Amino acid sequence: MKSIWTITKRELAGYFNSPVAYVFLVIFLLMTGAFTFMIGQFFERGQANLQPFFMWHPWLYLFLVPAVGMRLWSEERRLGTLELILTMPISPWQTITGKFIASWGFLILALLLTFPIWWTVNNLGSPDNGAIFTGYIGSALMAGGYLAITSMTSALTRNQVISFILSVVICLFLVLCGWPPVTDPLATMAPNWLVEGVAAFSVMPHFERLQQGVIDSRDLIYFISLIGFPLFATSVIIRSLRS
Amino acid sequence: MIQVENLSKAFGPKLAVDDVSFSVQRGEILGFLGPNGAGKSTTMRMITGYLPPTAGLVKVGGHDVTEKAIEAKRLIGYLPESAPLYTDMTVEGFLGFCAEVRGLGGADKAKAIDRAIEMCFLKTVRRQSVDTLSKGYRHRTGFAQAIIHDPDILVMDEPTDGLDPNQKHEVRSLIRRMGQSKAIIFSTHILEEVEAACTRAIIIDQGKVVANGTPDELKAKSELANSYLVSINGTEAAAVREKLGSIIQSTKVTIVNDKPPTVLARVFPKDAGSDGALGQAIFSVAKQNEWNVNEIRKEEGRLDDVFRNITLSDTQAQ
Repeated sequence: MKSIWTITKRELAGYFNSPVAYVFLVIFLLMTGAFTFMIGQFFERGQANLQPFFMWHPWLYLFLVPAVGMRLWSEERRLGTLELILTMPISPWQTITGKFIASWGFLILALLLTFPIWWTVNNLGSPDNGAIFTGYIGSALMAGGYLAITSMTSALTRNQVISFILSVVICLFLVLCGWPPVTDPLATMAPNWLVEGVAAFSVMPHFERLQQGVIDSRDLIYFISLIGFPLFATSVIIRSLRS
Repeated sequence: MIQVENLSKAFGPKLAVDDVSFSVQRGEILGFLGPNGAGKSTTMRMITGYLPPTAGLVKVGGHDVTEKAIEAKRLIGYLPESAPLYTDMTVEGFLGFCAEVRGLGGADKAKAIDRAIEMCFLKTVRRQSVDTLSKGYRHRTGFAQAIIHDPDILVMDEPTDGLDPNQKHEVRSLIRRMGQSKAIIFSTHILEEVEAACTRAIIIDQGKVVANGTPDELKAKSELANSYLVSINGTEAAAVREKLGSIIQSTKVTIVNDKPPTVLARVFPKDAGSDGALGQAIFSVAKQNEWNVNEIRKEEGRLDDVFRNITLSDTQAQ
């Protein structure tokens, strides 16, 4: 546990020692604000909920999460420090977890800094704060899933740009694969079970249920495996790098 | 402390390390020599647990590196090739991180950092960011990282690479000092380094150990070992060759340089044991022929000759 925390601390310090963290926080907050109030028409809708806020998260995270996570492993590979860290007396799992927790913590911090919007909606009306809470949980879990995928693509290459593009493409698939404009043309050429199988990967229905305040174990299992599987894949990739 | 048994590593069809066995005890400094691509780094990476071996066994302090990885890694300090560092940290921060990963905390950690900084002459840059450091300082930071937990075993891949002559001297004397209480392996392709710091040397070529012994033993394998270099005035090359060639203890005489009036000749001994006799014989021949001997010198043998002879095969193949 202590070793994981040591890795986490170092990674977090890495974010805040460079301008990356501050640029990211400002852009994230500006963009969530712009999308919610201008495109989402938060005021005009006249409804006391955060639906116009949360609905943009899958799209915002599509670019912002890979930007946060792309350096996780590719930077270690580029600098050669992978050899250093893997010859220290800690297991690769501790390193993977420590790094993931640091980046995830940073994303959750960014998400928590959107609290003024919660304050606004509570001042204007009386929203269902339980649903807002589960919405935040869902958003954090979704960010974690995207981040785990970025961790995996980051381990694949020493080039951060390639890692970024790969994770954007995979996350885009997760957003789109359950969306009718994508599933409808697919349904005309593929058997039904395949279409449904592909659609089941989609992050959208799970996130939407959490936004409505429904905590379903299936959604939680989906998000936990969305985080767990790519992290496991990361460990496999790192092991294969060494042989 | 380190035991390597029949270690092999294949990358696809290519065998990078081929059935290597050796051991290093506490108090020994083992120099790892070999041309580029001979398998030095690969062997060290297997010892430190970075690469899993294809076949064979590495034991560090009694722990099998593949099975008891964490226990084995705890005993080792490792300086990888070209000393990789986290460039976004300060020297002090980086060393603190390494100390913490190694399980040092609080006062122990602070003490370990101070000690490493002092031993590696990093005091002036301790609060500086790693990416602003010159190559020499970076290298020493890497070195400091390897000794931060005062390990029993030190593995260093080209610890003096890229340092200036003064820094090389410092690092060598540091290695010599630490070698009294630790088991040390370091790789190099600088041969003086082996003579200056090692108690034993291994030459590795194309993945195989081709020589293993003390620097003196290796030097004795040189063709030139125990030969005499004689500089004579007032005679001719042909006469020198003939007269010195008739000495029973010698096998061969070569004329190294013939610039009248001085002739420089090398006399090779028949067997290494009778070296004193050969020297006396040379003197008496010179006396009989009334030559003026300017200088007579016995060769100890040169490590670079041995190195070249042993490892020449692959250079020629290329």
